[in-house]
Amino acid sequence: MDLATIFLSPTLWAMTLSLGTPIALAALGGTFSERSGVVNIAMEGIMLTAAFFAVFFSSLTGNAWLGLLLAVACGLGMGLLMAWAAVHLRADQIVIGTAVNMIAAGLTAYLLHIFFGQGSPSNTPQLPVVTIPGLAQLPFVGDVIGHQNVMVYITIGLFILAHYVLFHTVFGLRLRSAGENPQATESAGLSVYRLRYLGVLIGAFLSALGGAYLSIGVLNSFTQNMTSGRGYIALAAMIFGKWTPWGAFGAAMLFGWASALGYMFQGTSVPYQLVLILPYVLTVVALVGLVGRSRPPAADGIPYVHAR
Amino acid sequence: MSAGTPVRRWGAIGGVFFPVLSVLLALVVGSIVAAATGYNPLGTIGALVDGAFGDPTRIAATLSAAIPLMIVGLGVAVTFQAGLFNIGAEGQYWIGALAATYVGYAISLPPILHILACFLAAMIAAGIWAGLIPGLAKAYRGANEVITTMMLSYVAIYLGQYLVESGPMKAPGTLPQSPIIAPSATLPILVQPQFSAGIFVAIVAAAVLWWLFYRSSWGYQLRTIGRNPVAARYAGMSVARQYVLALGVSGMLAGLAGAAQILGVQHRIYDSFSSGYGYTAIAVALLGRNNPIGVVLAAILFGALTTGGQMMQINAGVDAQLANVIEGLIVFFVAAEAIIRWIQGRFHLPRRASGRPQHAETPAVVEGER
Repeated sequence: MDLATIFLSPTLWAMTLSLGTPIALAALGGTFSERSGVVNIAMEGIMLTAAFFAVFFSSLTGNAWLGLLLAVACGLGMGLLMAWAAVHLRADQIVIGTAVNMIAAGLTAYLLHIFFGQGSPSNTPQLPVVTIPGLAQLPFVGDVIGHQNVMVYITIGLFILAHYVLFHTVFGLRLRSAGENPQATESAGLSVYRLRYLGVLIGAFLSALGGAYLSIGVLNSFTQNMTSGRGYIALAAMIFGKWTPWGAFGAAMLFGWASALGYMFQGTSVPYQLVLILPYVLTVVALVGLVGRSRPPAADGIPYVHAR
Repeated sequence: MSAGTPVRRWGAIGGVFFPVLSVLLALVVGSIVAAATGYNPLGTIGALVDGAFGDPTRIAATLSAAIPLMIVGLGVAVTFQAGLFNIGAEGQYWIGALAATYVGYAISLPPILHILACFLAAMIAAGIWAGLIPGLAKAYRGANEVITTMMLSYVAIYLGQYLVESGPMKAPGTLPQSPIIAPSATLPILVQPQFSAGIFVAIVAAAVLWWLFYRSSWGYQLRTIGRNPVAARYAGMSVARQYVLALGVSGMLAGLAGAAQILGVQHRIYDSFSSGYGYTAIAVALLGRNNPIGVVLAAILFGALTTGGQMMQINAGVDAQLANVIEGLIVFFVAAEAIIRWIQGRFHLPRRASGRPQHAETPAVVEGER
């Protein structure tokens, strides 16, 4: 296969969208959390938790949508733990995030071995693949976006919604104010604590969708540590995207594209590991050369002490 | 993500008390998890402790597992002290291991010299890897070091896998591994099977770092910048240079750890070489509160949980992953000091000066829950 064939193949671009989706969801989740002022590096752990429970409940209930719902509930549970420690206990948010990731990695592997032995059941119900009538018939474009997992379309819808909520609603303004200047937020009679809880929980919700999509959308199984760093990549996508939904989306798709490229090059004479390196090198180059200083929300990571 | 987040407010008082109580609390929650999944909680914890410290061989295994965690953890602590976050130690560990392996098999030197050459190569390679790119990018372009170190970590791991799977470091044969290093480059074994003289490397590194942190002007500058980079700049310190140095030294230590693991334990590098030491080391640095002595103790604890977990699985039939859950819980409780304070208040345990438990001081606790 020569280069032109690979780059012009609709499979590459369809895979980009599919592999970029879980990263995009978690990156959007991180964006909400950090916009409210809570540094969230727990996306990895929340994704992993949801990925496990999606398979668990999907195979238990025989219904992928119920599996998704309950997996999101478990992800929200992890988010609640994170929010409680970060907001109420004013714990160091990076440390708490690290702890949540460690607990999730250990617990999901522990439960996997207890309930399923080494591997999850192969007949787990999956989220459906949807064909968009009309769109799917278009040449090239149809092959890329006309026939994808339902979660891919949900994700695109969520990004449109997220951009609107964050930048064009009162709630979005309030959420961002809690991350920029919480004292002012509270002077305006709003609860910084409540806004930060919401930020973290919206973030956990989105990350959980991403995790569940991995296990019952893409792969139909749960394996130990199956998120393999996607939550951390999402963190990078969030920063790379300058804490905006569409920026995060673009960065996530860059990572998706590179993973897709890695798959396409497997079996060719080009070592696929060297292809997989590409997005990471690109990110560093872009960060050093183009993007320059990245500015997080001003009060990001600083625990807020309620004024008396 | 603001620089300087994880370094703060942990004074010397309570420096021992909080972590010990956190460990106990984590063991309690861990045994609840064991009980909920049908195991005898006391038997589980007993098997864990016995597996880590039950006889001299097990203690040696615990210390052996602690060596890489100690050295990488010290490296991560350097960046935390400077208010930076080196999340890419895993990749720097790989780079160090690759460099040490290469010097170990490709060059012939007399015994002690060969070991020193391997260490030096690993430290230089990993120091440049972390210091040159993320360090300079942070210092002069403001590029967030969390992203750059993490991105380069993936680059390092894929590069390493390429080198041993199909690249120039692959040994003849079908297995994805490098040639074995020369006997002159191996570290002496203190206790069979794999407790090596690497422990001395770790202890010397900790001692040097303690002196640097608390007795040298470099350490003073580093900690000042970590607390308040603006004030440090006004005081005439070169923040940019310290950022490069901190990341460089951090990488050097991670590389040293990789070398110690190759020369002491593995003797060759293969594609699934690291078991996530670079990530666990972050937790080790946090638990040790970025103090070299604390890092050494935290690394031994985490080494004990790894070794104990494996023995617990063999002897009590409880999955070793439970030990990883307990590790996470320890980090959680250490960070959530307020939980411990609340317990202290509840049971009238000795605590720091403040008369009331933390909760009573913050009416917002109730307010925010509405």
